[in-house]
Amino acid sequence: MSGAAKGDPVIEVRDLVKRYGGVEAVAGLDLTVNKGEVFGLLGPNGSGKTTMILILLGLTEPSEGEVRVTGLDPLRQPLAVKRAVGYLPDSVGFYDTMTARENLRYTARLAGLDTAEADARIDNALERVRLSDVAEKNVAGFSHGMRQRLGVAEVLVKDCPIAILDEPTNGLDPQSTTELLDLIRRLRDDGRTVLLSSHLLSLVQSICDRVALINHGRIGLTGSVDELRSRVLGGSYTIEVEAENVDIKTATAAIPGVAGFADLTPGHVRIRATADIRADVARHIVERGGRLTRIAMHQPSLDDVYQRYFEDQRTVEGQRAFKGASHAA
Amino acid sequence: MQREGSPWTGLWAVAAKEAADHLTSARMKIVLGLVILTAIGAAYGSAGQLKETVGSDPFLFLRLFTTAREPLPSFAGFLGFLLPLVAITLAFDAINGEYQRRTMSRVLSQPIYRDALLAGKFLGGLVVLTICVITLWLLVTGVGILSLGLPPSGEEVARGIAFLVVSVAYSAIWLGIALLFSTWFRSTATAALAALALWLLFTVFWQMLAPLVAGALAPVDPLDPMTALTQYNLQHDLMRISPTTLYGEMLTGILHPSTRALGLLFRSQMEGALMGAPLPLDQSLLIIWPDFSGLVAGIVLVFTLAYVSFQRQEVRA
Repeated sequence: MSGAAKGDPVIEVRDLVKRYGGVEAVAGLDLTVNKGEVFGLLGPNGSGKTTMILILLGLTEPSEGEVRVTGLDPLRQPLAVKRAVGYLPDSVGFYDTMTARENLRYTARLAGLDTAEADARIDNALERVRLSDVAEKNVAGFSHGMRQRLGVAEVLVKDCPIAILDEPTNGLDPQSTTELLDLIRRLRDDGRTVLLSSHLLSLVQSICDRVALINHGRIGLTGSVDELRSRVLGGSYTIEVEAENVDIKTATAAIPGVAGFADLTPGHVRIRATADIRADVARHIVERGGRLTRIAMHQPSLDDVYQRYFEDQRTVEGQRAFKGASHAA
Repeated sequence: MQREGSPWTGLWAVAAKEAADHLTSARMKIVLGLVILTAIGAAYGSAGQLKETVGSDPFLFLRLFTTAREPLPSFAGFLGFLLPLVAITLAFDAINGEYQRRTMSRVLSQPIYRDALLAGKFLGGLVVLTICVITLWLLVTGVGILSLGLPPSGEEVARGIAFLVVSVAYSAIWLGIALLFSTWFRSTATAALAALALWLLFTVFWQMLAPLVAGALAPVDPLDPMTALTQYNLQHDLMRISPTTLYGEMLTGILHPSTRALGLLFRSQMEGALMGAPLPLDQSLLIIWPDFSGLVAGIVLVFTLAYVSFQRQEVRA
């Protein structure tokens, strides 16, 4: 493994541009992934995530910009880069006529491992992704989840400091998703750097240290999930209150930080606030003789962040397009 | 821009895997079964024919390959027709199949260059074809020893080896063509159909088309005998575009030691020659040399086209 200490950048991308024909799939993208973190690339389908990953691996040439993976240039030193990176592609495929073990053995041979070493690692990896008992079965009969786990096993066999996972949980049932997330966490616990792309926010939210929102080939925002939440949603909180024998609105209107109300049913109100004011709300209601039956804060998930962020983008772009059209007219 | 590392890293891993895949695949078993059955049939047919007309031919064993017994064509004729089919079976889904199985990006993310994948697939196919051709040759030789009751002479073995080399080169060009189509077309069915269409064109229709085209391009003037020669030469050149023609000519040169030229031969050129006397092996090889280098050049060309097209391809499906 490279000698970089935890926190040093292992993947650096500067002003990356990739054009297909006249279309910019990646349009000036900057990104830094540090050693030992789980980094999530979050964006809708077709936002340039896979293109960027292929450029990182040296499988596609960038049109402009600079890329460094563990300090190496994937264009000039693709073999060294590919030795340092394990890659699980979007909906990974295997040779159906070969067994799980044979598939792994083939890629191990391509990776230049000697047979004894490879066999030991393969046994280990299959054990870890719980595929040991089907190791000698043809991959043709494997479910999508099993294939995905076999893909992770391949990354484990390669045993490299960086793992890049493209849409790892795409199309998996909830149980397989949980299993896969567990495997990814263990990748990180081994000290690997993990870069994963997804359009599923719940996934990214649950395991990523840092997240980049990517859309139309650009990074919108980068930061931890909490940072993103506060930057996009602007620190807004939603508190749901259910109480009897009291008018919730009049009881709580005086609390500093209350920004608005929404009636749901009688005795059930949603309060918009600029801070976490649950304690004050509870006190005010109880002091006025109300019977408080439920108080809960609605934690905005990354879904909200995502929705809000890309909605804003769309609005901005819509306006831009509209202006462009009126200028043209 | 210089890239680091050898383009051959992983070549043998790919070649070995491909060869093993081919040897165990169902489609290969079917095609090989077909070829071996027809080959043995043809050899038995010619052996029977030879027994009836056994003469003083010093190269009786070689006759085994080229004698046809109606309605079957000769063994050599069978190979010219069926070897391309074997080669196409091996390679029509070489590259596009990897995309279809979604294994391409996974394999290319290993520390190898694309060169190794393409060359390894070609090499793996070539190994299987070589095994296949050698098996057929040994089978026919065995049938010959059993039915004729005499062993091949040293020169016959030497010519047999030349026959092997030529046959492998002939299947290699079809392997290259199938590989090229598998990089051009993303659908394996389209690639297979395109390769089969070319196979039919070259093995069946080309010898009908070439005289027509030559006749249209260089009409014969009855008052000028040279125009007939021009037309014949043009027709011959056109015919030689087809690898099947080249292969047939080379087999004639190798397996009929008395062949003195593959084109027209004038009386003046035959002056002093003993009619029907066999040429020594090296002279026969000289006769087929232009055909052989043409065939090898074709292999290089086809492989290069496939290489360029594959290098420029996007990895994402």
